[in-house]
Amino acid sequence: MARIKLDGLKKTYPGNVQAVKGIDLDVADGEFVVLVGPSGCGKSTLLRMVAGLETISEGTLHIGERVVNTLEPAERDIAMVFQNYALYPHMTVYNNLAYGLKNRGFKADEIERRVGEAAGMLEIEAFLTRKPRQLSGGQRQRVAMGRALVREPAAFLFDEPLSNLDAKLRVQMRVEIKQLQRRLKTTSLYVTHDQLEAMTLGDRLVVLNDGLIEQVGTPMEIYSRPASTFVATFIGSPAMNLMPRAYLEARDDGHSFSGVLDDLPPGTDIVGMRPDDMLLHAPDEPHLVVEATLELFEAAGAESHLYVRMEGSDQPTVIRTSGQPPVDEGDVLRFHVPRTALHPFNEASGKRMQ
Amino acid sequence: MVENRPLGNLAAHLILISGVALVLFPVYIAIIASTHGPGEFMRGVLPLTPGDQAVENYRLMWEAGLAKAGSPPAWRMLWNSLVMALAITIGKLFISLLSAFAIVYFRFPFRLFFFWLIFITLMLPVEVRIIPTFQVVADLGMLNSFAGLSIPLIASATATFLFRQFFMTIPEEMLEAARIDGAGPLKFFRDILLPLSVTNIAALFVIMFIYGWNQYLWPLLITTDPDYTTIVMGIQRMTSTSGDETPDWNLVMAAVVMAALPPVLVILFMQRLFVKGLTETEK
Ligand SMILES: Nc1ncnc2c1ncn2[C@@H]1O[C@H](COP(=O)(O)OP(=O)(O)OP(=O)(O)O)[C@@H](O)[C@H]1O
Ligand SMILES: [Mg+2]
Repeated sequence: MARIKLDGLKKTYPGNVQAVKGIDLDVADGEFVVLVGPSGCGKSTLLRMVAGLETISEGTLHIGERVVNTLEPAERDIAMVFQNYALYPHMTVYNNLAYGLKNRGFKADEIERRVGEAAGMLEIEAFLTRKPRQLSGGQRQRVAMGRALVREPAAFLFDEPLSNLDAKLRVQMRVEIKQLQRRLKTTSLYVTHDQLEAMTLGDRLVVLNDGLIEQVGTPMEIYSRPASTFVATFIGSPAMNLMPRAYLEARDDGHSFSGVLDDLPPGTDIVGMRPDDMLLHAPDEPHLVVEATLELFEAAGAESHLYVRMEGSDQPTVIRTSGQPPVDEGDVLRFHVPRTALHPFNEASGKRMQ
Repeated sequence: MVENRPLGNLAAHLILISGVALVLFPVYIAIIASTHGPGEFMRGVLPLTPGDQAVENYRLMWEAGLAKAGSPPAWRMLWNSLVMALAITIGKLFISLLSAFAIVYFRFPFRLFFFWLIFITLMLPVEVRIIPTFQVVADLGMLNSFAGLSIPLIASATATFLFRQFFMTIPEEMLEAARIDGAGPLKFFRDILLPLSVTNIAALFVIMFIYGWNQYLWPLLITTDPDYTTIVMGIQRMTSTSGDETPDWNLVMAAVVMAALPPVLVILFMQRLFVKGLTETEK
């Protein structure tokens, strides 16, 4: 168990490709931090720098009390789970788990105890004598986890460990990883580009964009107060709708907006609204009203998605409601957005305004 | 083929069988010939049924050789060939595995240059560089020795190249996982690369062994001592007799059959390994 501290971490690949442009992050002992961001934003690079698989161009990296910048991966006391599992194909599951321990000179009975314990936790005892190719994708994933567990390392590093699984298994494994981490209380860094995985797994999220941190916070902080338009549209599904303030002001007939727009912080010229915050029925609190034509109705069981187009705007907008409201495609609907659900942004900087 | 046409099948089998017969007939003749007495061939008709001299012929060849043709006993020549072929094979595998490992997994200056240097030697088989190589071996005092027989043939660009291609198909994460598991370069080589290369090693072993076993020109050039005569050289010597004396074909054929056996055994043994490898390979 250990704290992981990143100070001004930078990575420049040959050819002057700046993959990571200066990251400061402090991961507390036992914390589960998820790095999330679009493809190519440098998540894997950052994780691999922590693992020691990629050299650090600039900055310092602490794991525990030590500066580990120049240490070999094996000396950093970390374990990593790879996206494609990277199991040793010619070794049995048992030996896959035991290999790292053998290399560290553990005694045979200690190895057996640890492998047995990890196999029990992951329910892979039945496969210990098999080779990886004789396992299903989900079972291989467990073996890959097991290889990390037996080491009882200071930190777990995960690089999109679930992205090769089917949707159902992914949810199941997500829950198991969370429970396992709760139980072991091992500091974990987890990379994903799936925002749902990020929201549900992390104690804290780090949203990365183009090699820099956009925002750090608990999942709910990030969801309810995204620090930039990038975070606003990246976290949450369907994505937050962004509307120019000028457009809304032009729709203001003087009473229906009840001064809502005037309350927005100075500098706001983009207004964000979550699809769930656009209500079909007027709430009691101050709110604004927009009219829009329903273009497509998507029923998804417990909830429905309404794809609407607002008059005089060519921007598609998504609205989420619970249940199945009595509406038809082609209807002109009125949506009510409470004042507290408006997210004020500045267009030029992309930042949140308050 | 999905269709099942009896006539087509029959034709296909006939063609296959006649092909096999064509290849096997000379082998059959050699085996038959080695079982007859010395007089049989004078009559000008090749016997097609086994004779009764098998034991005598093989024992004579094995124990005494053909002294008048200057060929030592067969056991000696077979031993020489075996040592040479194994030294070449194992040496080639060892060197090429290590150099492929270096080229694929280490970043050192002029890496690509060295790779191309190795690659270019593909164009320089022994026959091309035989005179300078002979000079070097002679200067080093390695004439009439196993070292002289095998070392100059050990460097192998082909095997290096094949192993390089194979190593490059192994996902990089495998190396990274091993690094995290605390395996240094040599441990990674021994515990992961070698076991994964078994199929390739077995296939190359067969090819290299036969290559080494069949060496003719090189041993002929650098050995004069009959103690280092290889079986391939010996057979040649037995067949080239002076004047109108005919070679003892029955004995030559006995030597030929013995010479053909070790490569066959190597193939049979290694085949198990590569069939196993082929069915177990992981992408
Ligand atoms: N070895 C390399 N050499 C040069 N550039 C690289 C190298 N590896 C990655 N990059 C670049 O660095 C950037 C970040 O890559 P990285 O693999 O960290 O992205 P990622 O966030 O993990 O994306 P994904 O979600 O697709 O895995 C990319 O622009 C990529 O092209
Ligand atoms: Mg990645």
